[in-house]
Amino acid sequence: MCPDSAVPEGVGDAEKRVLSEADIARALKRIAHEILERNRGADDLVLLGIPTRGVTLSERLAAIIADVEGVNVPHGILDITMYRDDLRKQPTRAPVPTVIPPGGIDDRIVVLVDDVLFSGRTIRAAMDSLADYGRPRAVRLAVLVDRGHRDFPIRADHVGKNLPTSTSERVSVRLKGIDDAEYVSISAGGAR
Amino acid sequence: MTTPTDTSAEVATGAPPLSMPKHLLSIADLDLPALRALLDTASQMQDVQRREVKKVPTLRGRTIVNLFFEDSTRTRSSFEIAGKWLSADVINVSAKGSSTSKGESLRDTAQTIAAMGVDAIVIRHSASGAAHQVAGWVDAHIVNAGDGTHEHPTQALLDAYTMEHAFGGSVEGRHVAIVGDLTHSRVVRSNLLALAKLGARVTLVAPHTLMPSGIGEWAQTDGFALATDLDEVIASGPDALMMLRVQRERMSGGFFPTPREYTVHYGLTRDRLATAAAANADLVICHPGPMNRGLEIAPEAADAAQSRVLDQVAAGVAVRMSVLYHLLTTGGLEMTA
Repeated sequence: MCPDSAVPEGVGDAEKRVLSEADIARALKRIAHEILERNRGADDLVLLGIPTRGVTLSERLAAIIADVEGVNVPHGILDITMYRDDLRKQPTRAPVPTVIPPGGIDDRIVVLVDDVLFSGRTIRAAMDSLADYGRPRAVRLAVLVDRGHRDFPIRADHVGKNLPTSTSERVSVRLKGIDDAEYVSISAGGAR
Repeated sequence: MTTPTDTSAEVATGAPPLSMPKHLLSIADLDLPALRALLDTASQMQDVQRREVKKVPTLRGRTIVNLFFEDSTRTRSSFEIAGKWLSADVINVSAKGSSTSKGESLRDTAQTIAAMGVDAIVIRHSASGAAHQVAGWVDAHIVNAGDGTHEHPTQALLDAYTMEHAFGGSVEGRHVAIVGDLTHSRVVRSNLLALAKLGARVTLVAPHTLMPSGIGEWAQTDGFALATDLDEVIASGPDALMMLRVQRERMSGGFFPTPREYTVHYGLTRDRLATAAAANADLVICHPGPMNRGLEIAPEAADAAQSRVLDQVAAGVAVRMSVLYHLLTTGGLEMTA
Protein backbone atom coordinates (compact mmCIF):
# COMPACT_ATOMS: atom_id res chain seq x y z
CA MET A 1 0.00 0.00 0.00
CA CYS A 2 2.18 2.85 1.18
CA PRO A 3 5.56 1.24 1.49
CA ASP A 4 7.32 3.84 3.58
CA SER A 5 4.95 4.19 6.48
CA ALA A 6 3.15 0.87 6.63
CA VAL A 7 1.88 -0.08 10.05
CA PRO A 8 1.37 -3.79 10.59
CA GLU A 9 -2.23 -4.75 11.04
CA GLY A 10 -3.33 -5.10 14.64
CA VAL A 11 -0.43 -3.08 16.05
CA GLY A 12 -1.41 0.32 17.32
CA ASP A 13 2.08 1.62 17.96
CA ALA A 14 3.92 3.25 15.12
CA GLU A 15 6.39 1.12 13.30
CA LYS A 16 9.64 2.76 12.32
CA ARG A 17 11.62 1.59 9.33
CA VAL A 18 15.30 1.51 10.17
CA LEU A 19 16.71 -0.23 7.10
CA SER A 20 15.34 -0.06 3.57
CA GLU A 21 15.86 -2.63 0.87
CA ALA A 22 18.85 -0.67 -0.45
CA ASP A 23 20.31 -0.37 3.07
CA ILE A 24 20.05 -4.14 3.50
CA ALA A 25 21.78 -4.73 0.17
CA ARG A 26 24.63 -2.34 1.13
CA ALA A 27 25.01 -3.92 4.57
CA LEU A 28 25.21 -7.42 3.10
CA LYS A 29 27.77 -6.30 0.54
CA ARG A 30 29.91 -4.86 3.32
CA ILE A 31 29.54 -7.97 5.47
CA ALA A 32 30.58 -10.15 2.53
CA HIS A 33 33.69 -8.01 2.05
CA GLU A 34 34.43 -8.11 5.78
CA ILE A 35 34.18 -11.89 5.85
CA LEU A 36 36.61 -12.16 2.93
CA GLU A 37 38.97 -9.61 4.42
CA ARG A 38 39.01 -11.28 7.81
CA ASN A 39 39.53 -14.69 6.21
CA ARG A 40 42.05 -13.42 3.61
CA GLY A 41 39.99 -14.87 0.80
CA ALA A 42 37.32 -17.50 0.53
CA ASP A 43 39.42 -20.56 1.40
CA ASP A 44 37.82 -23.01 3.83
CA LEU A 45 34.78 -20.78 4.35
CA VAL A 46 31.39 -22.39 5.02
CA LEU A 47 28.30 -20.25 5.50
CA LEU A 48 25.51 -21.69 7.62
CA GLY A 49 22.22 -19.82 7.78
CA ILE A 50 19.93 -20.17 10.77
CA PRO A 51 16.28 -20.60 9.71
CA THR A 52 14.24 -18.86 8.63
CA ARG A 53 15.73 -15.59 7.46
CA GLY A 54 19.33 -16.42 8.23
CA VAL A 55 19.15 -18.93 5.39
CA THR A 56 18.12 -16.28 2.89
CA LEU A 57 20.84 -13.97 4.16
CA SER A 58 23.53 -16.66 3.88
CA GLU A 59 22.45 -17.43 0.31
CA ARG A 60 22.76 -13.76 -0.56
CA LEU A 61 26.17 -13.51 1.10
CA ALA A 62 27.33 -16.57 -0.87
CA ALA A 63 26.08 -14.93 -4.08
CA ILE A 64 27.93 -11.68 -3.32
CA ILE A 65 31.15 -13.59 -2.50
CA ALA A 66 30.81 -15.55 -5.75
CA ASP A 67 30.45 -12.22 -7.53
CA VAL A 68 33.44 -10.57 -5.84
CA GLU A 69 35.88 -13.49 -5.53
CA GLY A 70 34.59 -15.79 -8.26
CA VAL A 71 34.45 -18.59 -5.69
CA ASN A 72 31.39 -20.61 -4.81
CA VAL A 73 31.50 -20.76 -1.05
CA PRO A 74 29.71 -23.83 0.36
CA HIS A 75 26.61 -22.78 2.25
CA GLY A 76 23.96 -24.67 4.17
CA ILE A 77 21.27 -24.56 6.82
CA LEU A 78 21.71 -25.09 10.54
CA ASP A 79 18.41 -25.71 12.30
CA ILE A 80 18.72 -25.21 16.01
CA THR A 81 15.17 -26.01 17.09
CA MET A 82 16.12 -29.21 18.86
CA TYR A 83 18.94 -27.46 20.70
CA ARG A 84 16.93 -24.58 22.15
CA ASP A 85 16.68 -24.24 25.92
CA ASP A 86 13.27 -22.60 25.84
CA LEU A 87 11.24 -25.22 23.96
CA ARG A 88 8.76 -25.53 26.79
CA LYS A 89 7.93 -21.84 26.70
CA GLN A 90 7.31 -21.57 23.00
CA PRO A 91 4.48 -22.73 20.81
CA THR A 92 5.21 -26.07 19.19
CA ARG A 93 7.65 -25.48 16.41
CA ALA A 94 8.53 -28.05 13.81
CA PRO A 95 12.22 -28.49 13.10
CA VAL A 96 13.37 -27.93 9.53
CA PRO A 97 16.14 -29.91 7.84
CA THR A 98 19.74 -29.08 8.60
CA VAL A 99 21.83 -29.08 5.44
CA ILE A 100 25.58 -29.37 5.90
CA PRO A 101 27.41 -28.82 2.60
CA PRO A 102 29.15 -31.93 1.15
CA GLY A 103 32.64 -30.98 2.38
CA GLY A 104 31.44 -30.99 6.00
CA ILE A 105 32.57 -28.48 8.61
CA ASP A 106 35.68 -30.19 10.00
CA ASP A 107 38.62 -27.76 9.97
CA ARG A 108 36.57 -25.15 8.11
CA ILE A 109 35.86 -21.57 9.03
CA VAL A 110 32.15 -21.61 9.72
CA VAL A 111 30.27 -18.34 9.51
CA LEU A 112 26.87 -18.51 11.19
CA VAL A 113 24.37 -16.14 9.62
CA ASP A 114 21.24 -14.87 11.35
CA ASP A 115 18.93 -11.92 10.98
CA VAL A 116 18.73 -10.46 14.50
CA LEU A 117 21.12 -10.94 17.41
CA PHE A 118 19.32 -10.39 20.69
CA SER A 119 19.71 -12.58 23.80
CA GLY A 120 22.27 -14.84 22.14
CA ARG A 121 20.31 -17.99 22.98
CA THR A 122 19.93 -18.94 19.34
CA ILE A 123 23.67 -18.67 18.79
CA ARG A 124 24.44 -20.65 21.93
CA ALA A 125 22.13 -23.38 20.63
CA ALA A 126 23.76 -23.15 17.20
CA MET A 127 27.20 -23.72 18.70
CA ASP A 128 25.94 -26.77 20.61
CA SER A 129 24.47 -28.09 17.40
CA LEU A 130 27.66 -27.48 15.40
CA ALA A 131 29.62 -29.66 17.80
CA ASP A 132 27.45 -32.62 16.81
CA TYR A 133 28.26 -32.16 13.12
CA GLY A 134 32.01 -31.75 13.38
CA ARG A 135 34.86 -29.62 14.63
CA PRO A 136 35.30 -26.36 12.74
CA ARG A 137 38.62 -24.54 12.98
CA ALA A 138 36.78 -21.37 13.87
CA VAL A 139 33.19 -20.20 14.17
CA ARG A 140 32.21 -16.65 13.34
CA LEU A 141 28.93 -14.84 13.47
CA ALA A 142 27.37 -12.48 10.96
CA VAL A 143 24.05 -10.78 11.69
CA LEU A 144 22.01 -8.21 9.88
CA VAL A 145 20.92 -6.44 13.08
CA ASP A 146 22.44 -6.42 16.55
CA ARG A 147 19.84 -5.08 18.95
CA GLY A 148 21.78 -5.62 22.19
CA HIS A 149 20.47 -7.09 25.48
CA ARG A 150 22.65 -10.18 25.50
CA ASP A 151 22.07 -12.96 28.04
CA PHE A 152 25.30 -14.72 27.09
CA PRO A 153 28.92 -13.71 26.49
CA ILE A 154 28.37 -13.76 22.74
CA ARG A 155 29.16 -11.09 20.18
CA ALA A 156 28.89 -10.86 16.43
CA ASP A 157 31.95 -10.58 14.20
CA HIS A 158 30.08 -8.90 11.37
CA VAL A 159 27.09 -6.65 11.95
CA GLY A 160 24.89 -4.98 9.35
CA LYS A 161 23.50 -2.44 11.77
CA ASN A 162 23.76 -1.87 15.49
CA LEU A 163 20.30 -0.96 16.64
CA PRO A 164 19.84 0.41 20.16
CA THR A 165 16.51 -0.87 21.44
CA SER A 166 14.63 -1.30 24.66
CA THR A 167 13.76 -4.89 25.56
CA SER A 168 10.07 -4.26 25.00
CA GLU A 169 10.53 -3.06 21.45
CA ARG A 170 10.11 -5.45 18.60
CA VAL A 171 12.49 -5.74 15.67
CA SER A 172 11.05 -7.14 12.46
CA VAL A 173 13.14 -8.27 9.52
CA ARG A 174 11.34 -8.79 6.24
CA LEU A 175 13.16 -10.26 3.27
CA LYS A 176 11.95 -10.86 -0.24
CA GLY A 177 11.83 -14.54 -0.99
CA ILE A 178 10.16 -15.18 2.37
CA ASP A 179 8.09 -12.03 2.77
CA ASP A 180 6.55 -9.81 0.15
CA ALA A 181 8.49 -6.74 1.21
CA GLU A 182 12.04 -6.07 2.30
CA TYR A 183 12.94 -3.87 5.27
CA VAL A 184 13.94 -3.84 8.93
CA SER A 185 11.63 -2.05 11.30
CA ILE A 186 11.26 -1.38 14.97
CA SER A 187 8.01 -1.02 16.84
CA ALA A 188 6.90 -0.68 20.43
CA GLY A 189 6.14 -4.18 21.70
CA GLY A 190 2.69 -4.94 22.98
CA ALA A 191 2.23 -7.72 25.52
CA ARG A 192 4.70 -7.35 28.35
CA MET B 1 -0.58 -15.54 31.44
CA THR B 2 2.93 -16.35 30.52
CA THR B 3 5.19 -13.53 29.55
CA PRO B 4 6.36 -13.73 26.00
CA THR B 5 9.91 -14.97 25.84
CA ASP B 6 12.60 -12.60 24.78
CA THR B 7 13.39 -14.75 21.80
CA SER B 8 10.02 -14.25 20.21
CA ALA B 9 11.31 -11.19 18.43
CA GLU B 10 14.52 -12.94 17.49
CA VAL B 11 12.92 -15.86 15.72
CA ALA B 12 10.17 -15.18 13.29
CA THR B 13 7.09 -17.16 14.21
CA GLY B 14 5.50 -17.63 10.85
CA ALA B 15 3.22 -20.64 11.24
CA PRO B 16 0.21 -20.53 13.53
CA PRO B 17 0.71 -22.46 16.77
CA LEU B 18 -0.32 -26.09 16.59
CA SER B 19 -2.85 -27.62 18.86
CA MET B 20 -0.95 -30.64 20.03
CA PRO B 21 -2.79 -32.76 22.59
CA LYS B 22 -1.15 -33.47 25.93
CA HIS B 23 -1.38 -37.22 25.41
CA LEU B 24 -1.26 -39.45 22.37
CA LEU B 25 -4.02 -41.91 23.13
CA SER B 26 -5.71 -42.19 19.77
CA ILE B 27 -5.18 -40.93 16.24
CA ALA B 28 -8.66 -39.45 16.64
CA ASP B 29 -7.18 -36.86 19.05
CA LEU B 30 -5.08 -35.37 16.28
CA ASP B 31 -6.38 -32.80 13.85
CA LEU B 32 -4.84 -32.77 10.38
CA PRO B 33 -2.22 -30.06 11.12
CA ALA B 34 -1.07 -31.95 14.22
CA LEU B 35 -0.91 -35.23 12.31
CA ARG B 36 1.01 -33.49 9.53
CA ALA B 37 3.42 -31.94 12.05
CA LEU B 38 4.14 -35.32 13.63
CA LEU B 39 4.90 -36.86 10.23
CA ASP B 40 6.95 -33.90 8.97
CA THR B 41 9.02 -33.68 12.13
CA ALA B 42 9.67 -37.43 11.88
CA SER B 43 11.49 -36.65 8.67
CA GLN B 44 13.85 -34.26 10.50
CA MET B 45 14.26 -36.89 13.20
CA GLN B 46 15.31 -39.38 10.55
CA ASP B 47 18.11 -36.95 9.64
CA VAL B 48 19.30 -37.19 13.25
CA GLN B 49 19.06 -40.98 12.97
CA ARG B 50 21.41 -40.90 9.98
CA ARG B 51 23.99 -38.62 11.59
CA GLU B 52 27.22 -39.76 13.12
CA VAL B 53 26.24 -38.17 16.44
CA LYS B 54 22.72 -39.52 16.88
CA LYS B 55 21.74 -37.41 19.82
CA VAL B 56 20.17 -34.03 20.27
CA PRO B 57 19.78 -32.37 23.68
CA THR B 58 16.09 -31.56 23.22
CA LEU B 59 14.66 -33.57 26.12
CA ARG B 60 17.65 -33.38 28.42
CA GLY B 61 16.62 -33.77 32.03
CA ARG B 62 13.28 -35.36 31.19
CA THR B 63 12.35 -38.85 32.24
CA ILE B 64 10.28 -41.29 30.22
CA VAL B 65 9.03 -44.59 31.57
CA ASN B 66 8.13 -47.43 29.23
CA LEU B 67 5.43 -49.26 31.12
CA PHE B 68 4.77 -52.49 29.27
CA PHE B 69 2.20 -54.98 30.49
CA GLU B 70 2.54 -57.01 27.31
CA ASP B 71 5.56 -58.42 25.56
CA SER B 72 7.09 -56.23 22.92
CA THR B 73 10.49 -56.01 21.34
CA ARG B 74 10.26 -53.49 18.58
CA THR B 75 7.85 -51.00 20.09
CA ARG B 76 9.59 -50.89 23.44
CA SER B 77 13.13 -50.72 22.09
CA SER B 78 12.06 -48.20 19.49
CA PHE B 79 10.56 -45.92 22.16
CA GLU B 80 13.68 -46.44 24.23
CA ILE B 81 16.01 -45.46 21.40
CA ALA B 82 13.77 -42.53 20.48
CA GLY B 83 13.85 -41.18 24.03
CA LYS B 84 17.59 -41.67 24.36
CA TRP B 85 18.41 -39.95 21.08
CA LEU B 86 16.46 -36.97 22.35
CA SER B 87 18.60 -37.10 25.53
CA ALA B 88 15.77 -38.09 27.86
CA ASP B 89 16.36 -40.66 30.57
CA VAL B 90 14.40 -43.76 29.69
CA ILE B 91 13.43 -46.48 32.12
CA ASN B 92 11.74 -49.73 31.17
CA VAL B 93 9.24 -51.31 33.47
CA SER B 94 7.68 -54.56 32.41
CA ALA B 95 4.85 -56.26 34.20
CA LYS B 96 6.86 -59.40 34.67
CA GLY B 97 9.05 -58.98 37.70
CA SER B 98 7.31 -55.78 38.76
CA SER B 99 4.93 -55.22 41.62
CA THR B 100 2.08 -55.90 39.19
CA SER B 101 2.93 -59.58 39.51
CA LYS B 102 2.44 -59.10 43.25
CA GLY B 103 -1.12 -57.96 42.63
CA GLU B 104 -0.80 -54.17 42.36
CA SER B 105 -3.53 -52.49 40.33
CA LEU B 106 -2.86 -50.53 37.14
CA ARG B 107 -3.86 -47.35 38.92
CA ASP B 108 -1.45 -47.88 41.80
CA THR B 109 1.39 -48.83 39.46
CA ALA B 110 0.83 -45.79 37.27
CA GLN B 111 0.49 -43.40 40.19
CA THR B 112 3.59 -44.83 41.86
CA ILE B 113 5.63 -44.26 38.75
CA ALA B 114 4.17 -40.80 38.22
CA ALA B 115 4.90 -39.88 41.85
CA MET B 116 8.60 -40.37 41.16
CA GLY B 117 8.34 -37.32 38.92
CA VAL B 118 8.45 -38.78 35.45
CA ASP B 119 7.46 -36.58 32.52
CA ALA B 120 5.97 -39.20 30.24
CA ILE B 121 4.68 -42.73 30.46
CA VAL B 122 4.59 -44.90 27.38
CA ILE B 123 2.10 -47.61 28.12
CA ARG B 124 1.13 -50.91 26.55
CA HIS B 125 -1.64 -52.91 28.12
CA SER B 126 -3.89 -55.78 27.12
CA ALA B 127 -7.03 -53.87 28.12
CA SER B 128 -8.55 -51.48 25.58
CA GLY B 129 -8.72 -48.01 27.07
CA ALA B 130 -5.90 -48.58 29.57
CA ALA B 131 -3.87 -45.61 28.34
CA HIS B 132 -6.95 -43.40 28.46
CA GLN B 133 -7.61 -44.38 32.06
CA VAL B 134 -4.04 -43.80 33.14
CA ALA B 135 -4.14 -40.35 31.53
CA GLY B 136 -6.95 -39.47 33.90
CA TRP B 137 -5.04 -40.63 36.95
CA VAL B 138 -1.65 -39.00 36.55
CA ASP B 139 -0.13 -35.71 35.49
CA ALA B 140 2.48 -37.05 33.10
CA HIS B 141 2.13 -37.14 29.32
CA ILE B 142 0.77 -40.52 28.27
CA VAL B 143 1.65 -42.22 25.01
CA ASN B 144 -0.47 -45.19 24.04
CA ALA B 145 1.82 -47.94 22.76
CA GLY B 146 -1.06 -50.32 22.21
CA ASP B 147 -4.15 -50.86 24.32
CA GLY B 148 -5.88 -54.20 23.85
CA THR B 149 -7.63 -54.37 20.51
CA HIS B 150 -8.27 -50.63 20.45
CA GLU B 151 -5.42 -48.50 19.09
CA HIS B 152 -1.72 -48.34 18.44
CA PRO B 153 -1.26 -44.75 17.24
CA THR B 154 2.50 -44.69 16.75
CA GLN B 155 2.25 -47.79 14.53
CA ALA B 156 -0.25 -45.96 12.32
CA LEU B 157 2.07 -42.94 12.19
CA LEU B 158 5.04 -45.03 11.13
CA ASP B 159 2.93 -46.86 8.54
CA ALA B 160 1.72 -43.57 7.11
CA TYR B 161 5.26 -42.19 7.17
CA THR B 162 6.65 -45.26 5.40
CA MET B 163 3.96 -45.18 2.74
CA GLU B 164 4.29 -41.44 2.16
CA HIS B 165 7.99 -41.85 1.55
CA ALA B 166 7.48 -44.92 -0.62
CA PHE B 167 4.91 -43.05 -2.72
CA GLY B 168 7.09 -39.98 -3.06
CA GLY B 169 5.43 -37.69 -0.56
CA SER B 170 1.74 -38.37 -0.14
CA VAL B 171 -0.80 -41.14 0.35
CA GLU B 172 -3.63 -39.00 -0.94
CA GLY B 173 -5.78 -40.93 -3.39
CA ARG B 174 -3.72 -44.09 -2.92
CA HIS B 175 -5.44 -47.42 -2.41
CA VAL B 176 -4.32 -49.29 0.70
CA ALA B 177 -5.53 -52.82 1.40
CA ILE B 178 -5.22 -54.02 4.99
CA VAL B 179 -5.43 -57.80 5.16
CA GLY B 180 -5.94 -60.12 8.08
CA ASP B 181 -7.21 -60.27 11.61
CA LEU B 182 -9.39 -57.19 11.92
CA THR B 183 -10.97 -58.33 15.16
CA HIS B 184 -7.86 -58.48 17.30
CA SER B 185 -5.72 -55.89 15.59
CA ARG B 186 -5.22 -52.52 17.23
CA VAL B 187 -3.19 -51.48 14.23
CA VAL B 188 -6.27 -51.47 12.00
CA ARG B 189 -8.26 -48.84 13.83
CA SER B 190 -5.35 -46.42 14.16
CA ASN B 191 -4.41 -46.93 10.54
CA LEU B 192 -7.94 -46.38 9.31
CA LEU B 193 -8.13 -43.08 11.17
CA ALA B 194 -4.73 -41.87 10.01
CA LEU B 195 -5.11 -42.94 6.40
CA ALA B 196 -8.58 -41.43 6.18
CA LYS B 197 -7.28 -38.09 7.47
CA LEU B 198 -4.47 -38.18 4.93
CA GLY B 199 -6.86 -38.91 2.08
CA ALA B 200 -6.05 -42.53 1.23
CA ARG B 201 -8.65 -45.07 0.11
CA VAL B 202 -8.72 -48.14 2.35
CA THR B 203 -10.05 -51.65 1.80
CA LEU B 204 -10.11 -54.08 4.69
CA VAL B 205 -9.82 -57.73 3.71
CA ALA B 206 -10.62 -60.59 6.08
CA PRO B 207 -12.77 -63.66 6.48
CA HIS B 208 -16.12 -62.99 8.15
CA THR B 209 -14.93 -64.68 11.33
CA LEU B 210 -12.16 -62.13 11.76
CA MET B 211 -14.31 -59.05 11.18
CA PRO B 212 -15.50 -57.34 14.34
CA SER B 213 -19.25 -57.08 14.75
CA GLY B 214 -20.73 -53.85 13.47
CA ILE B 215 -17.88 -53.26 11.04
CA GLY B 216 -20.40 -52.86 8.20
CA GLU B 217 -21.90 -49.70 9.72
CA TRP B 218 -18.46 -48.48 10.67
CA ALA B 219 -17.35 -48.91 7.07
CA GLN B 220 -20.28 -46.80 5.92
CA THR B 221 -19.72 -43.94 8.35
CA ASP B 222 -15.95 -43.87 7.91
CA GLY B 223 -15.96 -44.53 4.19
CA PHE B 224 -13.77 -47.57 3.75
CA ALA B 225 -14.46 -50.75 1.79
CA LEU B 226 -14.78 -54.31 3.06
CA ALA B 227 -13.86 -57.44 1.15
CA THR B 228 -13.55 -61.13 1.81
CA ASP B 229 -11.80 -62.13 -1.39
CA LEU B 230 -8.14 -61.18 -1.31
CA ASP B 231 -7.54 -62.21 -4.92
CA GLU B 232 -10.21 -59.83 -6.16
CA VAL B 233 -8.69 -56.96 -4.21
CA ILE B 234 -5.19 -57.77 -5.46
CA ALA B 235 -6.43 -57.90 -9.04
CA SER B 236 -7.73 -54.34 -8.63
CA GLY B 237 -4.10 -53.21 -8.21
CA PRO B 238 -3.82 -51.63 -4.74
CA ASP B 239 -0.85 -49.33 -4.11
CA ALA B 240 -0.11 -50.87 -0.75
CA LEU B 241 -0.75 -54.23 0.86
CA MET B 242 -0.57 -54.19 4.62
CA MET B 243 -0.48 -57.73 5.96
CA LEU B 244 -1.56 -58.03 9.58
CA ARG B 245 -0.04 -60.58 11.86
CA VAL B 246 -2.08 -63.63 12.75
CA GLN B 247 -2.01 -63.31 16.49
CA ARG B 248 -1.67 -66.86 17.66
CA GLU B 249 -1.82 -65.77 21.29
CA ARG B 250 -5.32 -64.40 20.75
CA MET B 251 -6.51 -67.32 18.67
CA SER B 252 -8.40 -69.62 20.94
CA GLY B 253 -11.81 -69.21 19.38
CA GLY B 254 -11.58 -71.22 16.15
CA PHE B 255 -11.57 -68.24 13.81
CA PHE B 256 -10.30 -70.33 10.93
CA PRO B 257 -9.98 -74.09 10.53
CA THR B 258 -6.23 -74.41 10.10
CA PRO B 259 -3.27 -72.09 9.59
CA ARG B 260 -2.80 -73.75 6.21
CA GLU B 261 -6.27 -72.73 5.14
CA TYR B 262 -5.63 -69.14 6.27
CA THR B 263 -2.50 -69.02 4.13
CA VAL B 264 -4.32 -70.39 1.11
CA HIS B 265 -7.05 -67.73 1.30
CA TYR B 266 -5.44 -64.72 3.00
CA GLY B 267 -1.69 -65.17 2.94
CA LEU B 268 0.51 -63.04 0.71
CA THR B 269 1.92 -66.00 -1.17
CA ARG B 270 4.49 -65.97 -3.94
CA ASP B 271 1.75 -66.20 -6.56
CA ARG B 272 -0.25 -63.35 -5.05
CA LEU B 273 2.90 -61.23 -4.85
CA ALA B 274 3.45 -61.78 -8.58
CA THR B 275 -0.16 -60.84 -9.40
CA ALA B 276 -0.06 -57.76 -7.16
CA ALA B 277 3.25 -56.59 -8.60
CA ALA B 278 1.91 -57.06 -12.13
CA ALA B 279 -1.27 -55.16 -11.29
CA ASN B 280 0.61 -52.24 -9.77
CA ALA B 281 4.24 -51.47 -10.59
CA ASP B 282 4.60 -49.20 -7.53
CA LEU B 283 3.35 -51.82 -5.08
CA VAL B 284 4.41 -51.41 -1.46
CA ILE B 285 4.21 -54.22 1.09
CA CYS B 286 3.96 -53.43 4.79
CA HIS B 287 3.74 -55.58 7.87
CA PRO B 288 3.62 -54.26 11.42
CA GLY B 289 5.68 -57.23 12.64
CA PRO B 290 6.57 -59.57 14.05
CA MET B 291 6.00 -61.61 10.90
CA ASN B 292 4.83 -65.19 10.85
CA ARG B 293 6.72 -66.17 7.72
CA GLY B 294 4.81 -68.78 5.78
CA LEU B 295 1.53 -67.95 7.51
CA GLU B 296 0.25 -64.48 6.58
CA ILE B 297 3.26 -63.59 4.45
CA ALA B 298 5.52 -65.83 2.38
CA PRO B 299 9.28 -65.37 2.82
CA GLU B 300 9.50 -64.33 -0.85
CA ALA B 301 7.07 -61.48 -0.18
CA ALA B 302 8.68 -60.46 3.11
CA ASP B 303 12.05 -60.15 1.41
CA ALA B 304 10.76 -58.81 -1.92
CA ALA B 305 11.99 -55.51 -3.32
CA GLN B 306 8.49 -54.13 -2.67
CA SER B 307 8.68 -54.96 1.03
CA ARG B 308 9.08 -51.96 3.33
CA VAL B 309 9.19 -53.91 6.55
CA LEU B 310 12.63 -52.70 7.60
CA ASP B 311 11.84 -49.15 6.51
CA GLN B 312 8.87 -49.36 8.85
CA VAL B 313 11.15 -50.27 11.74
CA ALA B 314 13.51 -47.37 10.96
CA ALA B 315 10.54 -45.03 10.61
CA GLY B 316 9.29 -46.27 13.98
CA VAL B 317 12.19 -44.64 15.79
CA ALA B 318 11.86 -41.37 13.87
CA VAL B 319 8.10 -41.18 14.39
CA ARG B 320 8.40 -41.89 18.10
CA MET B 321 11.08 -39.22 18.43
CA SER B 322 8.68 -36.84 16.76
CA VAL B 323 5.84 -37.81 19.11
CA LEU B 324 7.97 -37.43 22.23
CA TYR B 325 9.33 -34.14 20.93
CA HIS B 326 5.94 -32.61 20.23
CA LEU B 327 4.21 -33.90 23.36
CA LEU B 328 7.01 -33.11 25.77
CA THR B 329 8.05 -29.73 24.44
CA THR B 330 4.67 -28.11 24.17
CA GLY B 331 1.91 -30.71 23.94
CA GLY B 332 -1.14 -29.60 25.85
CA LEU B 333 0.36 -26.30 27.00
CA GLU B 334 -1.83 -23.25 26.72
CA MET B 335 -0.02 -20.79 24.54
CA THR B 336 -0.65 -17.11 24.61
CA ALA B 337 1.06 -16.50 21.28
